[in-house]
Amino acid sequence: MENEMDRREFLKLAGVGGVVFLSGLSGSPALSLAGPTKDFFFVQLSDSHWGFEGAKVNPDAKGTLLKAVKEVNSLKQKPDFIVFTGDLTQTTDDVNVRKARMKEFKQIVGELDAKVIRYMPGEHDASLDNGETYKEFFGETHYTFDHKGVHFIAIDNVSDSTGSIGEAQLEWLKQDLSKRTHDENIVVLTHRPLFDLYPQWDWATKDGAKAIDMLMPFSNVTVFYGHVHQENHHMTGHIAHHSANSLMLPMPVAGSMPKRQPILWNNAEPYKGLGFRNVLSKSKKDEFELSEYGINAEARV
Amino acid sequence: MKKFFETCFVLTLCFGYSIWSTALGSNEASVIKISAKKFEYTPKQITLKKGVPCVIQLTSEDRTHGFSAPALNLRADIAPGKTTEIKFTPDKTGDYNFFCDVFCGSGHEDMEGKITVVD
Repeated sequence: MENEMDRREFLKLAGVGGVVFLSGLSGSPALSLAGPTKDFFFVQLSDSHWGFEGAKVNPDAKGTLLKAVKEVNSLKQKPDFIVFTGDLTQTTDDVNVRKARMKEFKQIVGELDAKVIRYMPGEHDASLDNGETYKEFFGETHYTFDHKGVHFIAIDNVSDSTGSIGEAQLEWLKQDLSKRTHDENIVVLTHRPLFDLYPQWDWATKDGAKAIDMLMPFSNVTVFYGHVHQENHHMTGHIAHHSANSLMLPMPVAGSMPKRQPILWNNAEPYKGLGFRNVLSKSKKDEFELSEYGINAEARV
Repeated sequence: MKKFFETCFVLTLCFGYSIWSTALGSNEASVIKISAKKFEYTPKQITLKKGVPCVIQLTSEDRTHGFSAPALNLRADIAPGKTTEIKFTPDKTGDYNFFCDVFCGSGHEDMEGKITVVD
């Protein structure tokens, strides 16, 4: 009963915020969760690029993240946790500026009304120093955790500036997966797409196919990632991959423009293409329900 | 008369050598040098001939960059202090972008160039 109420409340929120996208976790209705689980939801925020400057792209560069924080806090039901899937800050060669941006970012998102916030690096955060500064502020770049019957694996495909996971981490992934049953619910969090979304724009992970191959024997796997600054839903076999919108600058659909350039700000549709995502894990149906939220231009921040 | 035949012989030799050297030249790889630095390639546009082997010699002036042209299935890391060579023969005409795929800083996303392959 509690789960049903949670879901009704979530759908109510989704109705206000935007479209609901259903993502099947299980390829077969006969498959069931490995253990007792409860419905829960988490919020995915991504690509906030704190420190970015470019009025033609986002004249509210210093306000968009704050508005998102305010909107997440206004959700009637608190998320179980919040995850940032990389590019928390805009890159800089100056390590002092990098630290200042990470400090400011952490202060801002510290206002989020959530018990747990999970972070992940993007190439803007970690590629210039192999994640050293990032670790000072946010901890390890790859890790696992479990929540209500779902096993989460955060994969770092950015600390290596070539956009690779690397053999050491792939071995770590192999060891972690060796402890899982094949029908266990697994969620992978990462920054770059693990599959070749559009290598011509560097929207790929060089050794991402190795990770996907390792995940293929598991029947319930879903990947949430960032990097491409837009929603994209893709299947590699039975594995679903969902990218999130950015909180700073939207990007065009892969290959739709001659060059990879941000979409310019449109005063008629402010904050278009920016936003965050709620993910509802529905244990009884072995699936996720995604809801996309935009940025409320009226939010007074 | 003898002078005439001598002249004809010399001209024939010269003409033959010319044809032979031209034919040989068509099989020789063209060499293109590209230098990389934050956040540009020099030159950023190159033109190659379809069917003619080429060698792209890549160097870096500062740090490791990447060279990636997925449509032509070309990629290499460009480490500073050495020359990295890519050998290939273009087999299709058109414009193909190349870009840096080793994250190198604030202008990384704009570090790109174009390969034009002509008949």
